[in-house]
Amino acid sequence: MTALSIQNLKKTYNNGFVALKGVDLDVQRGDFFALLGPNGAGKSTLIGIISSLVNKTSGLVSIFGHDLDKDNVAAKTCIGVVPQEVNFNQFETSMSVVMNQAGYYGIPRKQALRRTEQCLRQMELWDKRDVVSRRLSGGMKRRLMIARAMVHSPRLLILDEPTAGVDIEIRRSMWEMMQEVNKQGTTIILTTHYLEEAESLCRNIAIINNGQIIEKSAMSSLLSRLHTDHFVLDIARPLSLAPIIAGYDIVLNADTVLDVAVPKSHGLNRLFQALSEQHIEVLSLRNKSNRLEQLFLDLVQ
Amino acid sequence: MNYSVAFLTILFKEIRRFTRIWPQTLLPPAITTALYFLIFGKLIGDRIGLVHGVSYMDYIVPGIILMSVISHSYSNVVSSFYSTKFQRHIEELLVAPVPNYVILAGYVCGGIARGVLVGVVVAGISMMFTHTTILHWDIAAAVFVLTATLFALAGFINAVFADSFDDISIIPNFVLTPLSYLGGVFYSVAMLPGIWQKIAQANPILYMINAFRYGMIGVSDVQIELAFAMTGGLIVFLTALSLLLLHKGIGIKN
Repeated sequence: MTALSIQNLKKTYNNGFVALKGVDLDVQRGDFFALLGPNGAGKSTLIGIISSLVNKTSGLVSIFGHDLDKDNVAAKTCIGVVPQEVNFNQFETSMSVVMNQAGYYGIPRKQALRRTEQCLRQMELWDKRDVVSRRLSGGMKRRLMIARAMVHSPRLLILDEPTAGVDIEIRRSMWEMMQEVNKQGTTIILTTHYLEEAESLCRNIAIINNGQIIEKSAMSSLLSRLHTDHFVLDIARPLSLAPIIAGYDIVLNADTVLDVAVPKSHGLNRLFQALSEQHIEVLSLRNKSNRLEQLFLDLVQ
Repeated sequence: MNYSVAFLTILFKEIRRFTRIWPQTLLPPAITTALYFLIFGKLIGDRIGLVHGVSYMDYIVPGIILMSVISHSYSNVVSSFYSTKFQRHIEELLVAPVPNYVILAGYVCGGIARGVLVGVVVAGISMMFTHTTILHWDIAAAVFVLTATLFALAGFINAVFADSFDDISIIPNFVLTPLSYLGGVFYSVAMLPGIWQKIAQANPILYMINAFRYGMIGVSDVQIELAFAMTGGLIVFLTALSLLLLHKGIGIKN
């Protein structure tokens, strides 16, 4: 069963700007799905339409089989949305923010209190329940928006750049939380500019550019299309010039650091053998950048 | 889905909002009206004598109460709904399966609640200066609630179209306040010269104030039935307009 089905979705704004030019997209139930695209590609418009924050020009959107136009209440009940920017009432406490959202979904007070506690505990915010939300840190505000989006137990959670602007430690802990939520059966659609995040968390991916889906596949099959990997090598003794090895593109980044482009057809063994022949001892090796980033740039350029 | 829970959530949120900031919402009308009663009612009113057979103080009490109801029911909704748009937490409501009529009812009832509460406070203040008895409770209560409803709806529409905080103060300052003062709060239209009486009759607030005055002290410059028809008609019109605006997403959706 598809969690989200979009057919020929178009959006033209009043100023004539065409944001979506006929998007078709299916997201399967239980998926952790990445929706990527450069700024202005149409991601926010697409999410806005799915969340009923933007009026579409034409096309069909259905959520777990409920048409967003004809069966609006059932469709909306299935979705939870975590927006890019903070959009809760910053004069209310964390508890009130989540409780109000439960109320909007028609959840009776007793049940809402129980769910609010569960969600705030899951997001490690229970201790902050009586704190006025504007006094929370950036990371806490993000987690509060996730708690709010989950209070009615949505089957589809849309996370629009949930980790933007938060430090690495909080980002990692949010990844764990998102993975836990997905394991519990919630379908997740994630948009992010941190491609490393999409690569680590998501099983399937769509890339949108200029209002059109230009790529949609499993993450693994997309990554397998890479022909070159980039590595950073730390070497034991300083060099003044980069070594020249046929088939490899090597740049001396610092006197003991080499950036190497390794074609998949050549592999690493030949590289190490050639370096060894030139008496260059390698101390350590790591990926230079995440692989998805290279593919993403190739696709959108 | 249980829409009554959603309605009560919006309503209680609104009531919590204006009671939390009571020094801004409840205290100023109490002070302002006390000054009105002291200056216009006591100091000047004693020299005016009777109007339509009642003391000037008794004559102005209904108008001052209703003027407070008008301005506070309006300002509650316009400021609250505009802030909701401005801070973008309107998105919480738009994402949720809350029908437009529930959103409208929640905000309008919040405005009515503030209008009624302020009206009761002002009525309480008036008791310090005069001991008016209410002659027709049913008429007074109906006009009281209908007027609050009408101006809460008007505040909602103002908030939908507002793009800045300036936009939410233009109508109260340049339309509502002048119309209230010219609506016969402090005088009877019978005191106006001929042409001005005709012009004054185009002011809908005149009908509401006089209907309320009739409910309280049995004196009016207008037909009560006409006042009810006008208020009811305007409520129906503004409700339909508000629902249309919400349905189209004007001012709230991209």
